[in-house]
Amino acid sequence: MSEERSGAAILVECLVRQGVEFVFGYPGGAVLPIYDELFGDHRIRHILVRHEAGAAHAAEGYARSTGKPGVVLVTSGPGATNAITGIADAFMDSIPLVVITGQVATNLIGTDAFQEADTIGLTRHCTKHNYLVKDPAQLAATIDEAFEIATTGRPGPVVIDIPKNVQVATATMSDAPAQRPKRYQPRTIAAADEIAEAIELIAKARRPILYTGGGVINSGPRASELLRQFQRLTGAPITSTLMGLGAFPADHPAWLGMLGMHGTYEANMAMNACDVMVCIGARFDDRITGRLDAFSPDSTKIHIDIDRASINKVVPVDLGIVGDCGTVLEQLIAAWGNRGLLPVAEWSAQIEQWRGKNSLAYPQGKSSIMPQHAVERLHALTRDLDPIITTEVGQHQMWAAQYFGFDKPNRWLTSGGLGTMGYGMPAAIGAQLGNPGHLVIDIAGEASIQMNIQEMGTASQFRLPIKVFILNNEYMGMVRQWQELTYESRYSNSYSDSLPDFVALAEAYGWKGIRIEDEADLDASIQAMIAHDGPVMVDCQVSKEANCFPMIPSGAAHTEMLLYGDMVAGTMDDEAKALV
Amino acid sequence: MMKIHEGYTERHVLTITVDNEAGILAKIAGLFTARGYNIDSLTVADISEDHHVSRITIVTNGPPPVIDQITAQLERLVPVHKVTDLTESGAHVERELALVKVSGQGASRSEAQRIAEAFSARVVDTTPESFVFELTETTDRINDFVARMREHGLVEAARSGVVGMMRGAAGA
Repeated sequence: MSEERSGAAILVECLVRQGVEFVFGYPGGAVLPIYDELFGDHRIRHILVRHEAGAAHAAEGYARSTGKPGVVLVTSGPGATNAITGIADAFMDSIPLVVITGQVATNLIGTDAFQEADTIGLTRHCTKHNYLVKDPAQLAATIDEAFEIATTGRPGPVVIDIPKNVQVATATMSDAPAQRPKRYQPRTIAAADEIAEAIELIAKARRPILYTGGGVINSGPRASELLRQFQRLTGAPITSTLMGLGAFPADHPAWLGMLGMHGTYEANMAMNACDVMVCIGARFDDRITGRLDAFSPDSTKIHIDIDRASINKVVPVDLGIVGDCGTVLEQLIAAWGNRGLLPVAEWSAQIEQWRGKNSLAYPQGKSSIMPQHAVERLHALTRDLDPIITTEVGQHQMWAAQYFGFDKPNRWLTSGGLGTMGYGMPAAIGAQLGNPGHLVIDIAGEASIQMNIQEMGTASQFRLPIKVFILNNEYMGMVRQWQELTYESRYSNSYSDSLPDFVALAEAYGWKGIRIEDEADLDASIQAMIAHDGPVMVDCQVSKEANCFPMIPSGAAHTEMLLYGDMVAGTMDDEAKALV
Repeated sequence: MMKIHEGYTERHVLTITVDNEAGILAKIAGLFTARGYNIDSLTVADISEDHHVSRITIVTNGPPPVIDQITAQLERLVPVHKVTDLTESGAHVERELALVKVSGQGASRSEAQRIAEAFSARVVDTTPESFVFELTETTDRINDFVARMREHGLVEAARSGVVGMMRGAAGA
């Protein structure tokens, strides 16, 4: 059966058919027909945010914690431009989003109409694909393809720009899925000879390492299972990028901790000294590699990635395998057969020696709470509750990555590639909606949290019991740390002046507010936060000078890590400064 | 002092078949700008009977790993069907069309005409004091031709940019 319907009605019907539960959005002139369609339609729940960036980050949090695509609906012009930070964030971290933007009517496009922006032009390079739909008859096929593109291959954001007259005009909509050419066919399975070659290389390894990333998470929970199985079969030690945390349990003896700029000594030294590196769903980001010409100089490198453009982009590899992490791991496991564990006794002993450096050790605070300790207590007191952790960006994010042990995928939501301050609270909102009943905590900094603090209202409105745990050191801590290490402690504009009273702010929004000033109150306050059935903002006042170590300084190699207590000159040459 | 370093580069000719949809050219040209790749020339035209497919030829230059990245980045655009690196694939034909206007009289004019004959350029417009020559040739030959005409009253040159195709029976 088919019937004549408006573009707006076709859109809503298509979203329902795609199984969309939530739309994160904000109304405006160019999307009024769609909002009118949503009025009284209870098949989709619209989550009204307070700023469009919040909508995009909330959709990201929903997507990353559930594995399902996040859907955003915003108006033209400022609605779209505000959402772009979240779209760019999703693009960098490979998060599936479908973003519907309103546009001025087709006859007004190009006339500098009210709230007109060239959304397609603006989002061209921060989306996986984007569309301007000029005919309601093409909406259904476009929306179906957008969901397919967003969720398959390397996931990412897709923007559909819909002019207002296309929302009002009608077209025939059929009950059957719209006909469309199948033009997007990402490769997911590795060729047999690639698998054979990989197995041969891995089998010869005496100092192997598995270096995994967000691709394992994106591949779905089964990929994490398969990763654990492959590790069990080979006995290889394993490290992960920021985005990949949770794919492998942090309490496993083979776990080296996170690698890279703020990774552990053992992870970075093992990356440097390994003879065979198996990179699974990671992309040799500059925060991972340190100085490129000193990156793992003697290893044979195998890179498994669903995006062929990630292979050989920055680090040339010996064997690139284009495919889905889960599928390729399954192929590797099947091909490994009964080869048994690799002879890694010597390698393990070496790793244990590095581990003995205890690179995550930090000094005790004299009169203040050390932020690392606060994260450790937060972990200890919530681990049995299987919490979902989101973060903002900066020192607190790295401390969360270092001291909060993750053992499951989809429990760690952070802005890795783009490094977007203000990500954490909206992401927690999205995660809480997708995981009702779960404990969701945004580990935040007092500077980052202010970037999307308006979303407190969203949490209140939808009765989402998210917890925001602010490590308040009254500085943009990571900026301050770099200024200390690189610019002789000239703290240019990194002091968080005129902070709000976070407890009073919480109460103003109908949240519970808790302030922690004394370490003796830390545990009880965390318990009180967990126990409160509603949103809570915790202002945990921590040491102002605490730094995030270990650290590979800009332009340095994996072997040149700074640990807590290392003497630092406080200057850096221009080459290193420019690398950032 | 810190310096910006530039390395060894190679010239490559890429042909790309794409869905003929709005914005695809901006997407491809923008990809080159956004990622810092070079475009020496770019041509595009509809090539299919139903007007659904266009063929783009891009001449680019860069270090070999960057050329490989360009191909990979192009391939991941949804409307891109296929990318062929003609330079990598071996024997191929490259042609460019140029219109070259010269003005002059007397010895200079006849010398221009003589050079045009030597290059097998066609005269497509003539007045008592000017010629417009049409030349379809390789980029190098056109460079030579334009350089020669510079000495004989060159007014302007318009060039199409390179189009290319594999030699032999197979398509790109």
